[in-house]
Amino acid sequence: MIRTVLLMLAIIAAPLSAQDTMPPAPYAYTQLEDPALEAKATELMSTLRCLKCQSQAINDSDAPMAGDMRHQVRTKILAGEEPEAIRAWLVDRYGDYVSYQPEVSSTTWPLFAVPALLILVALLILLRRVGKRRMEGDE
Amino acid sequence: MIAELGLAALWLATALAVLQIVSGVLGLRAGEKGAALAIYARPAAVVQAFLAVLAFFLLLWAFAITDLSIKLVATNSHSMKPMLYKLTGTWGNHEGSMLLWVAVLALSGGLLAGLERRLPHKTMSATLAVQGFVALGFYAFLLLSSNPFERLPIPAVEGTGLNPLLQDIGLAIHPPTLYVGYVGLSVAFSLAMGALIAKQVTPDFAKVMRPWVLFAWVFLTLGITAGSYWAYYELGWGGWWFWDPVENSSLMPWLAATALLHSVSVLAARDALRTWTIMLGVLAFSMSMLGTFLVRSGVLTSVHAFAVDPERGSFILLLLGLYIGGALAIFAVRAGSITEGKRFSVTSRESALVFNNVMLSAILAIVLLGTLYPLLTEAFDVRVSVGPPYFNPAGAIFAIPMFIVMGVGPLLRWKQDKPARIQFELSLIAAVAIAVVSVVAILGDYSILAVLGLALSVALGIAAFLPLRGRKIGRVPLATWGMIMAHFGVAVSLFGMASESAFTEERLAAVTPGSTEQLGDWNIELMGVDPVAGPNWTAVEARLAVSRGDEEPTIINPQARNFWAPAQATSESALVTRWDGQLYAVIGEQSEDGRWQLRVWWKPFVTFIWYGGLLISLGGVLSIVGRVRLDLKRRSAVRKGKARRDDKAALSGAPQPEPAE
Repeated sequence: MIRTVLLMLAIIAAPLSAQDTMPPAPYAYTQLEDPALEAKATELMSTLRCLKCQSQAINDSDAPMAGDMRHQVRTKILAGEEPEAIRAWLVDRYGDYVSYQPEVSSTTWPLFAVPALLILVALLILLRRVGKRRMEGDE
Repeated sequence: MIAELGLAALWLATALAVLQIVSGVLGLRAGEKGAALAIYARPAAVVQAFLAVLAFFLLLWAFAITDLSIKLVATNSHSMKPMLYKLTGTWGNHEGSMLLWVAVLALSGGLLAGLERRLPHKTMSATLAVQGFVALGFYAFLLLSSNPFERLPIPAVEGTGLNPLLQDIGLAIHPPTLYVGYVGLSVAFSLAMGALIAKQVTPDFAKVMRPWVLFAWVFLTLGITAGSYWAYYELGWGGWWFWDPVENSSLMPWLAATALLHSVSVLAARDALRTWTIMLGVLAFSMSMLGTFLVRSGVLTSVHAFAVDPERGSFILLLLGLYIGGALAIFAVRAGSITEGKRFSVTSRESALVFNNVMLSAILAIVLLGTLYPLLTEAFDVRVSVGPPYFNPAGAIFAIPMFIVMGVGPLLRWKQDKPARIQFELSLIAAVAIAVVSVVAILGDYSILAVLGLALSVALGIAAFLPLRGRKIGRVPLATWGMIMAHFGVAVSLFGMASESAFTEERLAAVTPGSTEQLGDWNIELMGVDPVAGPNWTAVEARLAVSRGDEEPTIINPQARNFWAPAQATSESALVTRWDGQLYAVIGEQSEDGRWQLRVWWKPFVTFIWYGGLLISLGGVLSIVGRVRLDLKRRSAVRKGKARRDDKAALSGAPQPEPAE
């Protein structure tokens, strides 16, 4: 009985441990030959979040998952896909959370509204002070 | 015994904080005469400082001897750790770092009480009462929800160890420096509140406040600089700023303190911007507390983790609400009684400073929004990522005008000036900026922010020295040199950031020992990989021979370390520093075919980022020294004048007959 349980546990655990010991995919730690393609990939990778880290892009991280994602991105770039298509594919898979690229949506609009508001407020404060000074200067 | 002594010291300090509040409030009521109790505020603050610092040193001692009967030591230390990291581990955890926070808070309160003699009695009493009130809240937090001296029922056999990422000299310097800055701002807060309560927002008050703000600001600058460099070499990918919430929580007080610093200077020199100064004083320390909340409540790992164990977080949040809310309420009541102060025209140094204070506040708002927004949405189960692609452009909207005004502002005169007077300087700055933009545009295709950054940094670097034009170099006051140095530091740092982002070259490869890689004009040869061992880790160490052009190769040794308590891998990068940049090398894992992952970057002028930070701090130090020296000179002149007058009075009075008894 105990043996069967252990065996079953081993079977369940095997794929989990295999993930960490598996060698990283070739493009996780290697650049693309073509500098133009590599630049394209780098630009995209610096705006994708490493889901297992704290505030790091995938090209800033040693996490195995970040390595896998780098491999995905480079392979797809090499296959001629456009960066934005790859981003969409990743967002589709992992959710909006994976992309650092700010996009206006129903959940992110305050991020864009507030800076616009800030510009207005800053202008208002400055204009008010400046306007007042001018009047006083005339006195 | 150590733990109990420490705990007793903390409780005593708490009692003294209460005495300080009572005494301060009574001093405020009684006016100049002073009630019997009012004289205790100063000694209470000074003794409190001794006690809190003593408590911290006792904890430090417990870590030094690895006293495993103390829970905090057992969960964060290990007997095999090198001594240095045993000591730095004291503040590498929640309780220890909060004790450090409180010790610095008490120390700065004690210094204020012990050293400051210029303020009117009323303002001083109010200030000490507020300082005591702030201290009381944090003592309560420490004692009630994060006691660092808690004993284990049965001493542990061995400690669990310290996060290997934190076992680094960077950790020895970074948090204490940052905390001195964070908590030094509490004095600015208390002074601002004190002046507001006593209705004495005057240039004299600003002169008292300025060194404290400068002091805190210098340490914040150093702390952020050190933290950035630590992240740069320790994380192994060459990034130096991640817009991580923890980093942002140190940047926000810095932004507020920078604005406060300029505002308080205007108040001291021109008696203008009174409300701004008070408001920024409140804002700066509020940001310090907010940072403490973000870092210490666990809210950053996950909002949900915070919801599960909200005790500590809610406590700080409560303190945060109490202090900020209280300060704002007092501000609202008293704001009517302080006028804005002296007036100035649009083209004046004051206006430039107001403009930049507004810009700094706007940048602060952007950072605050970007930091808090993901936490807010996460509470509603929507996960949003806000990162560099948001912070960089959104911050730049306000940073670019700020840098331009920063170049021009110091050239303007106080109160009123004509732009025509500084025509030459203006055209020089503009010409330099345009020239740099065109040169960079010819060189290659770079991001617009990087190009603007390069242009502004060069223009600003020149503009920083323009205030010296037409002045006798020998007679320029030290404080002015401080300003020039700090502004030049900003230019240097900006240049480093822009250059790093525009010109970095990267080489990632799988290499066999003996083979050579090319990166720009660098040759990198992997000579071999050897196993090495340290006190609490083992590692593979690469021998890389790197040479630039035809020069003699330098041997560098990046390592991939495996710590065993707790088990974690880190990469120790190896750096080759040249005047015009840094070569950054990291060794990774070995693949199945026997090749090693090698990552190398050439980062032109990246070091300027941190040199700039050091220059900014140096500027602050020069400014403090200059101001304090001037102040001492003035004081001794006043004293001498008084003595002379007394002598004269005594001489002329001497022949007169003594009054009969």
